[in-house]
Amino acid sequence: MLTAILLGFLFALFLVFAGKYFKGRLAVVSALIPLSLFIYFASFIPRIASGEVVTSNYEWVPSFGVNLGFSLDGLSLLFSLMITGIGFLVYVYTSSYLKNHQYLDRFYAYLSVFMGAMLGLVLSDNIISMFVFWELTSISSFFLIGFNNTSEASRKSALTALGITGFGGFSLLAGALLLGSMTGTYSIIEMMTMKEALAGHEFYILAVIFIFGAAFTKSAQFPFHFWLPGAMKAPTPVSTYLHSATMVKAGVYLLMRFTPVLGDTNFWNTTLIVVGAITMLYSAVHTLFRTDLKGVLAYSTISALGILVFLIGLGSQGAFLAAAVFIIVHALYKATLFLVTGIIDHQAGTRNVTVLAGLRKVMMPVAVAGFLAAISSAGIPPSIGFLGKELTYEASTHSTGMVILIVAAIVLTKILLLYAGFVAGIKPFTGKLPEKFTKVTMPGPLMWVPPLLLAILGIVFGIFPSLIESSLVKPVVTALGKDASDIHLALWHGFNTVLILSIITIAVGILLYFILKPSEKLENRIGKLEPVSPESILNKLTYFFGVFSKFWTNVFQNGYLRNYVTTIVLFLVILVGYIFIGNSRLVIDHTKLSQITAYELAVTIILIAGVFYTVFTRSRIGAVAAMGVVGLAICLLFVFYSAPDLAMTQFSIDTLTVILFVLVLYRLPKYLVLSDYKMRIRDGILSLTFGGLISLLALQVLAEPVNSDVGDFYAKNAYIMAHGKNVVNVILVDFRGTDTLIEISVLAIAAIGVYGLLKLRVKSSDRPN
Amino acid sequence: MKTLILKTASIYLLPVLLVFSVFILLRGHYLPGGGFVGGLIAAIAFVLHAFANGLSESKNLLKIHPGFLMPLGLALAFLSGVAPVIVDDPFMTGLWFPDPFPVIGNVGSALFFDIGVYLVVVGVTLTIIFTISESA
Repeated sequence: MLTAILLGFLFALFLVFAGKYFKGRLAVVSALIPLSLFIYFASFIPRIASGEVVTSNYEWVPSFGVNLGFSLDGLSLLFSLMITGIGFLVYVYTSSYLKNHQYLDRFYAYLSVFMGAMLGLVLSDNIISMFVFWELTSISSFFLIGFNNTSEASRKSALTALGITGFGGFSLLAGALLLGSMTGTYSIIEMMTMKEALAGHEFYILAVIFIFGAAFTKSAQFPFHFWLPGAMKAPTPVSTYLHSATMVKAGVYLLMRFTPVLGDTNFWNTTLIVVGAITMLYSAVHTLFRTDLKGVLAYSTISALGILVFLIGLGSQGAFLAAAVFIIVHALYKATLFLVTGIIDHQAGTRNVTVLAGLRKVMMPVAVAGFLAAISSAGIPPSIGFLGKELTYEASTHSTGMVILIVAAIVLTKILLLYAGFVAGIKPFTGKLPEKFTKVTMPGPLMWVPPLLLAILGIVFGIFPSLIESSLVKPVVTALGKDASDIHLALWHGFNTVLILSIITIAVGILLYFILKPSEKLENRIGKLEPVSPESILNKLTYFFGVFSKFWTNVFQNGYLRNYVTTIVLFLVILVGYIFIGNSRLVIDHTKLSQITAYELAVTIILIAGVFYTVFTRSRIGAVAAMGVVGLAICLLFVFYSAPDLAMTQFSIDTLTVILFVLVLYRLPKYLVLSDYKMRIRDGILSLTFGGLISLLALQVLAEPVNSDVGDFYAKNAYIMAHGKNVVNVILVDFRGTDTLIEISVLAIAAIGVYGLLKLRVKSSDRPN
Repeated sequence: MKTLILKTASIYLLPVLLVFSVFILLRGHYLPGGGFVGGLIAAIAFVLHAFANGLSESKNLLKIHPGFLMPLGLALAFLSGVAPVIVDDPFMTGLWFPDPFPVIGNVGSALFFDIGVYLVVVGVTLTIIFTISESA
């Protein structure tokens, strides 16, 4: 299973080197990757349908309980098939849509990374590895939205999407760590057995909020929804794949995955119902005001995600069944509509729904695909959409409490979604073909076959629901912890309330489609509400954040080294001093002190004299030389107290420091009095406090009982284990060799930094404005 | 600062100091010394030479830019850590030749690690000092 997940990443790596061969005619060959994965996952259908859960575990960081644990149950299977199946069609479609694009190889690489990450996400049983894949999907989505990187709007949308979903990623990590500490495991399967204990845990609400934070941002729930319409700046295959069929459903997946762990509580259900209902209504209303086809589809996608969250919130067996079917329904029709929109954009050069009309005359198969998708989206029989809608209504009418409100919300949403589906799938093809579109041609079969295939599947599944019943739908309901044995999918449910609601929906929806025409006037009208939308509020917050951090930087990082030093020292003095005064047990044992010898006294006097000279001299070179004297005096003290290694190193370092200082000073202007009298007093007090504090600390350390186990170990074993008699050196090159290795790497990086700063100056002509 | 005395002295001091630095490097396992100090002494030797004879002279003497010593040293240190992995020991296990070599003494992977440290320190110090004095 690990190989299947890694395949996407490996292919992306392969494209880095062999990309140029995949830009031309061979591009379509890359579709074999998702196709083979699709076949691989499809081969699991019989085993999963019989109730089996396929697991595999690879140890990653076993000491932290972080493993690459994967499990394939009904829920992950449905998502895996969607990811690879729609992935395959999108790969095929792209080879024609972005034909001869300069960076087609790069596009495929991002797409493959995304596919691998998404598979990893839905197959992970370990929450930490799930988090890693979750972040990978956010990153690949960022690159795909910003694929058209010369456009500023694209880059901005990509950043917004990354910001919002990245925030969700944080939330997921927090939730994962919290759940890990609550249960003592990171495996979701193991957590399921602790459901009762979790629901009564004091941090239960917090854990749920974190998981919600992740799911709502990823699945574009209100008020985090606005990144999704922005993400439509991406090329259409990306919108199809990431921002309608798969990635945005990751949040829904997360909620479903955690339903058997955290679900079935009042807080869980109510929050999901409320958030889902607000999202589905809010964005369904928004579709009325859009003229860009992708805008309509983006908002109807958000609305569909809202429906799914809402259904998970209802929490009954019927609701889960409806959610499982609706995921399939939505993936089929929404992917089709996006692909159709892409074709229209590609061939006719516009996505403005107010000008598009009559295109059926020039691209019949595309019109058929659009029409079939639209009726599936509208829930008109015999499409699978009808089945999805019936099940949704069924679940809503059986909900506990506020039935009328819930049913009204869902029916209204469905009416508006019908309108959106018709606008996107039917409107561009009906009516009279305008003069300027007469020259529009059919696209190649690589482009029109994928949407047509998806649209036809939507009808086939509708007529023969048994095809997906026990293979896909039932295992999902089982995976969500409900008994699925009595489920039977059928197009005809008998004449009942649900059917009446369906008829009302379809009738009102079609009426709305004929009355209301999308127009720029409407779009402008909703534009007036823009200042109070979540997006503008976030933008304002970002702006103020920028202003604040600029202020902060100007105060603390103003480019004057002396200010940095002052800040650091002051901070240390306050922090360490505060702790120190509270805990000090300073006892100096006079009896243990050895007699001061004459040469020690002499060196100390030289040291003190050097310090005074450094502080009061008026010559820079003089100050540096005096500092050198101080350093050498300290070296001598090291020698006296038998630390020859330290003395040698300090001696060389001091020599080099003086040389460096001299080199730098050479460039500075003549000695100026930089500090006035007051500043010197202030600096003096600060230095004295700091020095005093460090001295006190050193004395305190001496007074503490020494734990010499480690030292004894090194001293004892230096020769036995490492063949060395110089313990200091043995520690450096053997016992703690890895530390040294990293330290010398840091040294090298520092040197490269110095070299880069001084040598590689940007020419004024190359500077960005 | 090109005085004749310093110039003459530095020409003789450079090899002496370099030999001394290698001596410090090699004795490090038994007596005070080691790659870090050795590297610093070698760097000081070159800096002295540069002060007396001018930077370009020292650069000519070095043939390659001292920066190249950094990756060389890092690679050596890293490989000495990887070497035990080949014989299925954990990373950075010390491997030793059973018998001591004449003059050098016992030779093991730690010695190569220390030589790596020596090279990195020489490279880093000289790169920084040469870069700064060039832009001065």
